[in-house]
Amino acid sequence: MKILVCIRRVPDTSENEIELNRAGNDIERDDLVYSVNEPDNYAVEEALQIVQKAGGEVTVITVGGEEDEEVLRREMAMGAHHGVLLSDDSFAGSDGRGIATILKAFVEKDGYDLILTGVQAEDGGAQVGGMLAAMLDYPFASLVTSIELLEGGKLQISREIEGGSREMNEIDLPCVLSIQTGINEPRYVGMRGIRQVASVPIPIVGASELDLEPALVGAAAAKVRRLDYFAPPAGKGARILQGSREEIAGELFELLKAKGGLN
Amino acid sequence: MDFDSPARATYWLIQGRILFIALYVLGTACFAWIVAKRLTPLRRARKDFRLDRPWMRIERILQYWLGQWRHPRYWGAGIIHVLIFAGFLILAMRAFALLIFGVSNNLVMPGGRAYGIVRDYAATVVFALMIVAAIRRTIFKPQRYRVPARFGKDRTAGAVFLLALIAVLMAADGLFDAARAAAHAESLPHGSLSWAFQKGLFFASLQTLWALYLGAYLLHGLTFFFLLCYRPFGVQFHVETSLFSIYFAKLERGTLKPVRWDVSEADLDQVKSLGVKTFEDFTWKHILDFYSCADCGRCSDQCPSNTAGRALSPRFFTLKARDYCYQHYPVLGRSGNGTRLVGSLYSEDEIWSCTTCGSCEAECPLLIEYIDKIVDLRRGLIDEGKVPQSLQKPLKALESRGNPYGKLEKKRADWAACGIRILNGNGNRADTLYFVDSITSYDERMQAIGRATARILGHAGLDFGILGACERDSGHDVRRFGEEMLFLSLREHNAEAIRASGVRRIVTADPHAFNALQHDYRDLPPVEHISQVIAREVEAGAVRFEPVANPDDVYTYHDPCYLGRHNQVFDEPRKVLDAIPGLKRVEMRRCRDRSFCCGGGGLALFYEPKEEERIGVKRVRMAAEAGASVIVTACPFCLTNIEDAIKVAGMEGTIAAIDLAELVEKQLEPRLHESVLISRGGRQI
Amino acid sequence: MPRIFAYIVHKDGAVDDTALELRATAERIDSTAVLTAVVAGWGAELDAVCETLRASYPEIWKLSHECLAYPNAELVRKALAEVVPRGSIVLVPHSHFGVDLSPGLSIDLDAAFVSDVLEIEGLEGPSLKLVRQEFGGVVSTHVRCDISTGAVLNIRPGAFPPLDRAPAAGQVREVPVGPLTARRRYLSTIVPESGDVDIAKFKMLVSVGRGIQDPENVTIAQELADAVGGAVSCSRPVVDAKWMDKSRQVGSSGKTVKPKVYMACGISGSFQHLAGLKGNPFIVAVNKNSKAPIFRVADVGIVDDLLEFLPVLTTKALEERGVPAK
Repeated sequence: MKILVCIRRVPDTSENEIELNRAGNDIERDDLVYSVNEPDNYAVEEALQIVQKAGGEVTVITVGGEEDEEVLRREMAMGAHHGVLLSDDSFAGSDGRGIATILKAFVEKDGYDLILTGVQAEDGGAQVGGMLAAMLDYPFASLVTSIELLEGGKLQISREIEGGSREMNEIDLPCVLSIQTGINEPRYVGMRGIRQVASVPIPIVGASELDLEPALVGAAAAKVRRLDYFAPPAGKGARILQGSREEIAGELFELLKAKGGLN
Repeated sequence: MDFDSPARATYWLIQGRILFIALYVLGTACFAWIVAKRLTPLRRARKDFRLDRPWMRIERILQYWLGQWRHPRYWGAGIIHVLIFAGFLILAMRAFALLIFGVSNNLVMPGGRAYGIVRDYAATVVFALMIVAAIRRTIFKPQRYRVPARFGKDRTAGAVFLLALIAVLMAADGLFDAARAAAHAESLPHGSLSWAFQKGLFFASLQTLWALYLGAYLLHGLTFFFLLCYRPFGVQFHVETSLFSIYFAKLERGTLKPVRWDVSEADLDQVKSLGVKTFEDFTWKHILDFYSCADCGRCSDQCPSNTAGRALSPRFFTLKARDYCYQHYPVLGRSGNGTRLVGSLYSEDEIWSCTTCGSCEAECPLLIEYIDKIVDLRRGLIDEGKVPQSLQKPLKALESRGNPYGKLEKKRADWAACGIRILNGNGNRADTLYFVDSITSYDERMQAIGRATARILGHAGLDFGILGACERDSGHDVRRFGEEMLFLSLREHNAEAIRASGVRRIVTADPHAFNALQHDYRDLPPVEHISQVIAREVEAGAVRFEPVANPDDVYTYHDPCYLGRHNQVFDEPRKVLDAIPGLKRVEMRRCRDRSFCCGGGGLALFYEPKEEERIGVKRVRMAAEAGASVIVTACPFCLTNIEDAIKVAGMEGTIAAIDLAELVEKQLEPRLHESVLISRGGRQI
Repeated sequence: MPRIFAYIVHKDGAVDDTALELRATAERIDSTAVLTAVVAGWGAELDAVCETLRASYPEIWKLSHECLAYPNAELVRKALAEVVPRGSIVLVPHSHFGVDLSPGLSIDLDAAFVSDVLEIEGLEGPSLKLVRQEFGGVVSTHVRCDISTGAVLNIRPGAFPPLDRAPAAGQVREVPVGPLTARRRYLSTIVPESGDVDIAKFKMLVSVGRGIQDPENVTIAQELADAVGGAVSCSRPVVDAKWMDKSRQVGSSGKTVKPKVYMACGISGSFQHLAGLKGNPFIVAVNKNSKAPIFRVADVGIVDDLLEFLPVLTTKALEERGVPAK
C-alpha cells in the first residue's frame, strides 16, 4: 500500500504558553517550540502499523518552507519511508483550500492508495482532509478512530461521534481519512532516532513541478484570511457565585449552557 | 579389612582406587563440561570491564564473601548461613583430603587432631543446621520464599532436596569416621555427629562396620560429585560463582554503566542497536549475576514495587533470566539465541515499574546488580520506540523545554521572585551554586523548598546564586529511564552553564540532582546536599533553632533513596533534626539504608504501573506505625509522594509531611508559612 | 445578498437545539436574506422534523431519500451539492457531523469554508468578518471570509443563542435528489458500555476529587453528569482509593482532556491534576475550602459542600431540560 500522510508543523500547546504579544495583534512567537501536530503524529503511526501488516510504504508530506523540514524528519525517524516538502514562493499565504489544492496536484502526479491527515491543527480549521478528498473525488471520513483492512480494496473504519459512541463505516480505496488522537499509541522517537535520519534527502517540490496555476494558490487566491489575534474575553480568578443554593444552581446552569457544556 | 584405606578395598570386584579414580575423573570431567557450557553465554555476551582496582575488590571479598557482611540483615537465615558457610570453609580441606583417601594408600589427615576435632563439630553443626533449615522451610515457611503463581511452582521441595544432599554428605563423612573409630575403638569428639554414629554402632560386628565404612565412603564420593555437577543447575551454583560475583561486583555508587563499555559516548551514534533487547545484549557480569542468585528472596522482600503488588519482582527478574539461559544454553544440545526479552520473558510494565531505589542491591548478599540491567532494558525499549504514552509527554517536554512539565525555560527562576542572584553570565558571580532542578523550580508546592533553601543558604552566609533560565533538568531520571542521548544533551548543557558560572561549590536540595551531579556528571566542583550544609552549621554552633511550636508532635525522618541509600547521607539530616529543641523523633522500622522508597521520583511520577496499593501509602502507614505525626523528608519527590499518599490513605489531620529545609527555615524564625498549612490541611505544626 | 441555508440536525424525529441557533446566526449575518432550512432524512421522522421546523423557518427544503435515513455525511454532501444554489451561504453546526460534511461540501459548491465560527462581526463588501479561536481557545482571531462565491460556515453550538421570534408559518418543499451512491457506507453505531467511557470525548466533565469522601457519593456526580450529558472524571486520589477506574483520571499521569466545561468538585487543584486540562475550558470549582488553589484557576467558584450542592444543580438541570435521568 502507498500511504501519504499530510502533516503540519505547529506550536506545541503542551510546551508553550500561547499568549498575545505586546502589540496585541499576534501571538507571542519569540519563545515558541514547534513540533508535529499531534493528530498528524497519530496518523503517521497508524500508517506505519498498516504497512507493517499489509506491506507498502509511508510518505510524509507538508506544505511550507525550510523550517518545516524538521517535522518531516521526525516522522521519518519514526519510520516513514519518504518525506516530501512542497515549497514555493507562490504557496505563501495559502488558506486551507489553497493547501488542499497544492496537495491535490502532488497526489495526482504520484498516486496513493490511502491519504491520511490529522483531524485538526491547533491553528487550523479541520478542513484540508475533507477538501482534498472532494478535489480528488475520493471518499472521505473524519475523526477516524480505527482502521481495518478488508478484502477487495476496502476499509472498515470507525468514527468518533457524540457521547463516546463509534460510527462504523465501510469505505472504498483510494480514500482520504482524517485521524483522531487516541487511535493508537505512537512509538517514541528520541534524539538518537532523529540524528539517524539527519542526512536522508528530502526532495523539495515546487509549483512548476506540480503544474499548478499560481492563481489557485497563495495569498491572492485565499478566500479566508486571518486578520489578527486578540484576547478572548476572560475573567481573572474565580468569580465566586453568591446567593442561596438554588439561586447559584440556576445561575450556574445558565453559564453551563452558554459555555457549550450541555449536550 | 584395612580400615585405613578405601583405596585398597574391593568394591564389587573393582579395587577401590580404580573405582574412585574413575569416579573422580568422570565427576570432574562432567563438572568441567557443565561449567564450559555455562560459560558459553558469557563469551557471547557484551563486554564489561571489571578488572580495575584489584585491591578494592579483594577487600570486598573479605568483607562480603568471607565476612558474610550482608547475611545478618535477616538475622535468622543470616546466622544459619554464616554458620553453614563457616562450616564449609572448615570442612573444605577435609572434603578434599577425604577424596584423596580413595586413591592413595596413606591415610594422613592434615591439621592433626586439633583440626580433626574442629571439623567434626563443624560437620555436626552443618548437619544440624540442615535440619533446622528444612524445618524452617517446610513448617515456618517465611514469606519471602513464596512463589507467586505467575512465576511458577513452589520451590520448597527443591530446597529441601539440596539440604538433604548436604546432610547426607555430612552424615556419610560422619558414618565413615564412626565406622573406623568403632573398629579401632578410637574416641571421637564428644557430642559430634560421628560420635553419635559411633554410639549407635556399638553392637555392630566388624563385618558390618567394614560394609558401612566402605559404603559411607562411596556415598560420600558419589554425593560430593553429584552435588558438584548438580549445583550449576540451580541456586546452589552460587557456591561456586559467589566468589566471582562479589569480586567483579560494581565498585561505583550511584551511577550507571555506560551504554556500551567498548564504545565511547561520542561513537554511540554509530551503534546500530542500543540497550538490551536480547539475552546476549547483557554483559557477561550480568549473566554471571543470573547464575549467582541464591533465591533467598531478600531483594523482593525489600523491593517497594514488589511490596506494592507491581509486576516487578527483582528475585524473579533474575531467576527468569537464569531459567531462560539454562533453556537456551543447555548443557546438552545446541544453544539458541536472539529472542526479544521484553514481551516474552519480561513485560513492559515490569521494566518500567522499577523506581531505581536500590534496596535490592543494598540487600543482596551476592552483590547482584539490578539497576544497570533494568536501565539497559529500558534503553532497548527506548531504542525501539516502545515507550508508554505517559512517559513520552515528559520526555518530549524535556527535550524541547529542559523540564518534564513543558513549562517555559525563561520561567524557571520565577519561583525565586527577587533577591536571588542569577548566574547567567551577565557578570553575576558567586562562590556557590544552588542547583534547583525542575520540580523545585516549577511545581508550586515544591517551590516552597526552593525558597526555604535559599533563605537557609543566605542565613548561613553563603555567597550563592542559581542558574535560572540557563538551568536544565539534571537528567538524572532521564538517564535512569533509558534515554541516554537526551541525558547526554542535558548534561552537556548544564555542565557548560556550571563551568561558565565559575562557582567553586554546588549545593542542592534535590537528592536526584545531588546524585546526578556527583556521579553522572564529571569534572564538576564538589556537590553537597542542603542537609549536609545545615548539619555543618549546627556543628559549628552557627545556627540556633526555635523550639517546635507543638511539642506533642512526633517526628520521623524518611531517608530519601538517593540521599541515604545511594549516597550514604544518613546522619546529617538526623543531626539537624535533633538540634531543634523540643523535637521528639522516632525511627521507622525501615530506615537508613533499609528506608522504604516513597514511590520514585523524576519520571517515575509520570508512569502509572498496575499495582495493588501505592508505595507511598505503605510508607505513610509505616510512619504511623512508628507513632509519628510528622514525616520529615529531604527530597521534593518524596514530599510529593508522601503528601499525596497521606490524602489517599485518608490520614490528613493525623499525619503531616514537611521538607527538612522547610522545617529548618521555619524554626529559624517563628513565622506562619502558608504552603505548610496547605499541605497539612490547615493544622499548624 | 446570497441565500442562507441552515442544515438541520435531527434525531429520532426531534430537531436539534442547533436549528434555532443557526436561525439566530443567519439573522446575525443578514436579517433580510432569504433563509431556508434544509433537512435530509427519510420517512415519518423526517416528516415530524419538517413539521416542527415550520414554526421557526420560513422555508424548509425536505430532502427525502431512503439512503439518508442515517445521516451519512458523504451522501448528504452529494444531496446538498445537487440542490443548494451556487453562491449561497450554508450554515452547519460545528460537530462531529459538521466536520465530516462541510469541508468537502465547500469544494463541491466552490465556496469558502470557515470552521468553528464563534461570532459574526458583520458584512464588509464581498466579505464576512468572523471570529474564531485558536490554540484551544487561548486566543481569538478575526477572520475575513470572501463570500462572493458563497460560503459554508460551521457554527459553534451555543455561540448563537436562539432569539425569540414570532412563529414563522414555514412552507415545506420536497426537493428531489438524484440517485445517491457514495463510496462510504454506514454500517452501525456502537454505544460504549458504561465501563468504557472515554472522558476525553465529552464536552462537559463533572470531576471529583478527595472531597467526594466516599465511593457511594460518586453517584451524586454521576446523576449530575447524566442530567447534563457529560461524564464523571476524577483526580488521582480517587483512582488510588479505587473509587473510580483509572480511565477516569484527569492529570499529568492520567488523561489529558479538552472539554468545554470542567466542573472540579472537591478537587484542590494540584499542579499535576491541572496539567491534564488543556484547551482553556470553562472551569467551575465547587469546594468547601475557600482557600483551595483551584479557585485561583477557575472561572467561577462555589464555596459549598459538593455533596449538598450537586444534587441541587442536578435537579435544576433536569427541570430545565426535561431529560429523564438514566
